[in-house]
Amino acid sequence: MLFHAEPIEFTAQEGVGAPVWRGRAVDGEDLSRFAVSVHRHDGRLAALWGEDLRRQGRGYRLHCIFALEEGHTWVSLDLPVDDPVGPDLAGIFPAANRMQRATRDMVGIAFPGGDQRPWLRHGAWPEDWYPLRHDTPAPPEGIGFANLPSDYPFVQVGGEGAHEIPVGPIHAGIIEPGHFRFTVVGERVLRLEQRLGYQHKGVEKRFIGMTLAEGSRLVGRICGDSTCAYAWAYAMAAETACAVEPSGRALGLRALMLERERIANHLGDLGALGNDAAFAFGLTQFMRLKEDWLRLNARIFGHRFIMDSIVPGGVAGDIDALALAEIGAQCNVLGAEVKALRAIYDEHPGLQDRFLTTGIIDADLARELSLSGIAARATGLLLDGRAWRSDYEPPVPYAGLGVRPASDDRGDVAARVAVRFDEVFESLRLIRSIIGTLPSGPVRIEVAPIPGAEGLGVVEGWRGEVIVGLRLDGEGRIARAHPHDPSWQIWPALEHAVLKDIVPDFPLINKSFNLSYSGVDL
Amino acid sequence: MIPLLKRIFRTGILTEPPAERSGEMVQIDRLHDEIIAILGRALTIREVDAGSCNGCELEIHALNNAYYNIEGRGIKFVASPRHADMLLVTGPVTKNMENALRIAYDCTPDPKLVVAVGDCGCNGGMFGESYASCGAVDNVVAVDIRVPGCPPPPLALLQGILAAVKRA
Repeated sequence: MLFHAEPIEFTAQEGVGAPVWRGRAVDGEDLSRFAVSVHRHDGRLAALWGEDLRRQGRGYRLHCIFALEEGHTWVSLDLPVDDPVGPDLAGIFPAANRMQRATRDMVGIAFPGGDQRPWLRHGAWPEDWYPLRHDTPAPPEGIGFANLPSDYPFVQVGGEGAHEIPVGPIHAGIIEPGHFRFTVVGERVLRLEQRLGYQHKGVEKRFIGMTLAEGSRLVGRICGDSTCAYAWAYAMAAETACAVEPSGRALGLRALMLERERIANHLGDLGALGNDAAFAFGLTQFMRLKEDWLRLNARIFGHRFIMDSIVPGGVAGDIDALALAEIGAQCNVLGAEVKALRAIYDEHPGLQDRFLTTGIIDADLARELSLSGIAARATGLLLDGRAWRSDYEPPVPYAGLGVRPASDDRGDVAARVAVRFDEVFESLRLIRSIIGTLPSGPVRIEVAPIPGAEGLGVVEGWRGEVIVGLRLDGEGRIARAHPHDPSWQIWPALEHAVLKDIVPDFPLINKSFNLSYSGVDL
Repeated sequence: MIPLLKRIFRTGILTEPPAERSGEMVQIDRLHDEIIAILGRALTIREVDAGSCNGCELEIHALNNAYYNIEGRGIKFVASPRHADMLLVTGPVTKNMENALRIAYDCTPDPKLVVAVGDCGCNGGMFGESYASCGAVDNVVAVDIRVPGCPPPPLALLQGILAAVKRA
């Protein structure tokens, strides 16, 4: 089938996963034209990565995921062996910028024009050494490459009274590392530039040659707060590739786990957001509720964050009626607690003074930057992969749950707080509904790898859209796995969100997005 | 204000005196008491994420919740390594964080303690050593105690902190 009458022919990906259509662009112009058309129809650039296919007798391949009203289109473009240059999509979708720079650093696919600074490569390996090329020589035996401190040309802002505040990579709190370069005049932020990549630990290289089971453990450790979302997206990709459909019970249990993960993170964020506005009461209360929540996870799923429970073919273990009843009872208790706390948050003038009109991004910007998740919904965009839209059917079991996406069009910290509150209540409703309708049956079936097969998984994680692209090699092991975190698109939005505010508001604005470093640094 | 105070009152004090507690709670209190008894004063910790997936950080955060109440017992997370007695380091140490970790270590006054947190901090975990990863924390700075787990739950972290303090 065709989208927007563009010449790329698409075929639907089979299976019970999120709706995905696969297509190939014949050349860079073809791909650019499709990207322009997606942009014109308010679509998003959802992910972009590169792959070395020279062992298969081909050149390099560029993969782009575009999110349309109907679902996701996966467009690939083959590039020649000698001169792998992809079309620069950053002029159409600004979100492409960092992904293209990472693709250049990792695979050596170049993009003409735009920002040519390295992204993931700091000073730890040479410029012409590409980690994801098959024939890249191993680093020098024993000593490795010299790890040189790298000089990064930040964009300079001139003018009287303008000065820079460098922050990081080690931040003041217990958080992941990254560097923020503020240019300020007085207390007013003129510009924020992020430099990430500090968490880069070679995840994509590590995937190569792993079995599906090994890959499942690794994917659950890319972003610890979203382990269920990543594991599900990966399992979805693997199951699609291998033409396997997990049972209804397995899919129901996965959704139950994912919603528990969403609630756990929202509770933590709601507490931390109170704390960042000097309302320690909020932190104490929400962290108490989160701890209760995690302890039940440990008792029922054997892990506080439910790691390694979602596996290709289903889930690792079943849970009995007693456990389901316990989960249901906990939902009732938590619902009442959060309702009371929301009233306190809403009526606290000091807190609202900090939340309201702070860190604003509007729907136009959210669309322009291809945002998903809380960040998008807090500008009024009704984007939620779990919910029906006119031309979009959510994956099982969400199709049958009638998810009501949260939305708030104010675009400020207050909106992102409100969306989290609404989503806690909606997720509690979903968990109760899943418990009430969970079919019986096996929870895990075998996934026999199909050599050379590929698949894409898309899951609405608590932060936003988590995507995993997967291709198997001739022996059924992983040839290439690319996980994509929604933070890729949302980090640049943070650079915009702080512009009208003062430096002391930054921690609050930053926390209101609570983005992943490890998920984008890989 | 009234609902807020009512909620505080209704929540009560979750960190009760040891005698009224059982199981895990008693263990938490015993660990707190031992740490304080050994130190005779507060312990300050600088947490350094040198490449983790954020899982270990979530559990380190949990140490501050009302159940574990680490700060209530005088163990405090500080913003600068210059204020710290102990570095709590999660890994694997990425090459891109290697220099930053060394600097933080050098900035921490002697005598200092280093606790490597999580399977990745202890031995590189699933990520191991590669072009991008130095692996275990002790491949970069000297480590006193290792706390394995993926991620280690708060109680294991408390035990690790105690073990490091006992060793010093």
